[in-house]
Amino acid sequence: MLGITLISFSVTQLVPGDPATLNLGQSAMSNPTIVATWRAKYGLDKPVPEQYIIYINHLLHGDLGLSQQSRRPVSSDLAEYLPATFELATVAIFFSLLFGLLFGIVAAMTRDRWPDQIIRFITLTGVSVPTFWLSLVFFYLFYFKLSWFPSNGRLDPGSDTPITITGMFTVDALLHGQFSLFWQAFRHLMLPAIVLAIYTIAVLTRFTRASILEILHNDYVRAARAKGLPESLVIRRHVLRPALISIVTVAGVAFGNLLAGSVLVENVFSWPGVGQYAYRSSIGLDLPGIMGVSIVVAGIFITMNLLVDIAYRFIDPSLRHE
Amino acid sequence: MKKNPNSPWRQPLAVIGITILSLWILIAIFAPLIATADPIAQNYGELLAPNAHNWFGTDSVGRDVLSRVIYGARITLPLSMMLVILSMIIGSIIGAIAGYFGGWLDSILMRFTDVVLAFPGIILAMAVAAALGPELRNAVFAVVLVAWPTYARLVRGLILSSKNADYVTSSRLLGASTMRALFVDLRPNISGPIFVLAALEAGNGMLLLSGLSFLGLGARPPSAEWGTMVSAGANNFDKWWLAVFPGLAILTAVLAFNFLGDALRDILDPRTAKALRE
Repeated sequence: MLGITLISFSVTQLVPGDPATLNLGQSAMSNPTIVATWRAKYGLDKPVPEQYIIYINHLLHGDLGLSQQSRRPVSSDLAEYLPATFELATVAIFFSLLFGLLFGIVAAMTRDRWPDQIIRFITLTGVSVPTFWLSLVFFYLFYFKLSWFPSNGRLDPGSDTPITITGMFTVDALLHGQFSLFWQAFRHLMLPAIVLAIYTIAVLTRFTRASILEILHNDYVRAARAKGLPESLVIRRHVLRPALISIVTVAGVAFGNLLAGSVLVENVFSWPGVGQYAYRSSIGLDLPGIMGVSIVVAGIFITMNLLVDIAYRFIDPSLRHE
Repeated sequence: MKKNPNSPWRQPLAVIGITILSLWILIAIFAPLIATADPIAQNYGELLAPNAHNWFGTDSVGRDVLSRVIYGARITLPLSMMLVILSMIIGSIIGAIAGYFGGWLDSILMRFTDVVLAFPGIILAMAVAAALGPELRNAVFAVVLVAWPTYARLVRGLILSSKNADYVTSSRLLGASTMRALFVDLRPNISGPIFVLAALEAGNGMLLLSGLSFLGLGARPPSAEWGTMVSAGANNFDKWWLAVFPGLAILTAVLAFNFLGDALRDILDPRTAKALRE
């Protein structure tokens, strides 16, 4: 974790341009007192190592600094943007698991025959397609041409947001019993979530196929078959169950990737999530913003990995006794 | 050569990949001969849908999209090659040092590698590209910065598993230097897996680079870089041809790399598969 703060801090030190120039207007720049005050406000007048120490100190108190763009604490900015991305990634991981497992099982069962070949082709395409381009294509087709889905953003223009409990509009609307609002938020969620899921569907499909094929080689599978169990039962009980263990691991890591990978999708669909926030901070050289996003997302990343490790011990009995 | 069952030529995916890739390389080399129009010649006020004269239509300042896609190959292909080679070299050197010498050097280098890997790639690349200033060169640098740790891990794993092999020990006993052991004895054994990884990563690098350009953190608008062209389509999304054709160009090029990498991995299995998993 400390390493992450160090790296994101070093990145912000790379800036050749002066963040003051970007954030203060022309006239303010010509006034040295204003520039000096602004620098002092963000601690930019101190030597670099001291700036880092100050930053870490604040971080330990849960203070990510003030965003130079929104003029608000980065932590409250993130609290607003994170649930939107979380909602998106949750729906996306749901799609990924559903279709990834389905395609993966079909591919493994028809190994090297034509359904497997077709799925292999599709998954390779899935990992090769530029997300930002696919977002545009889907937006054009399903919103502009076919009007199956609403336009971008989280809600129709002019609708009131549900009162915040979790910050996830679908959940909040349900908790308040506003079903039409839930439906609206859900429909807005679909298109970006599908695009976001494509890459992960492809990855999970390939992984599911590989782990099923690996398990099929085991002696206990042969034994189950030899004792005359019907094939469907062998697959369900002796192959799928152990395969699920490793799939859960990969899905956990994939979820962390979805949170970060949403940058491009959010950009196209004007989805006000952390990806958008990271993008806007980067463009505006909002250093506290960039550091805040990278630290929080990397933190979630690491926590996901940790949770997966712990879950692994729960699911896999052979690890429990060590 | 055709009799070898493991020859890449027996893998349909590899053949398709190599074909598409060769086509793109030819297009890049002969761009001025193939392109039907000057990629930067403007003709204001003419935003035409695909027609007999402009097969892919024209953009908002009247430039021929087909010619721009063709010239775009000259930007994207060499840059992708460059970033793959750079990250391969940097990653391999760091991985080799860590794996061969071990000890505290290994701990420090691998700790550093893990930290970079812990970062969500696109966010780190975005921050670095923005911090250095939105320019294509800086975007390439940002992608390399994100890409090298994968190679470092692979190379370290491979070196660790073979540095104590008898052939290395005997060569050292015959007086071979560290450099000789690394470059003459070990290199042939690890270069196969590295090239597979490079083929697979080339596509990812290309995607990340064009994504950065799409966000306006890489190539700048007048340039015919594919990601930048797609972003022009994003601003005019009802003019579908602006985004669709450059996007297809990215898709086919990345797909070619992935086909190739996937087929190569099958051929070199199971050692690569095992090493990649570690």
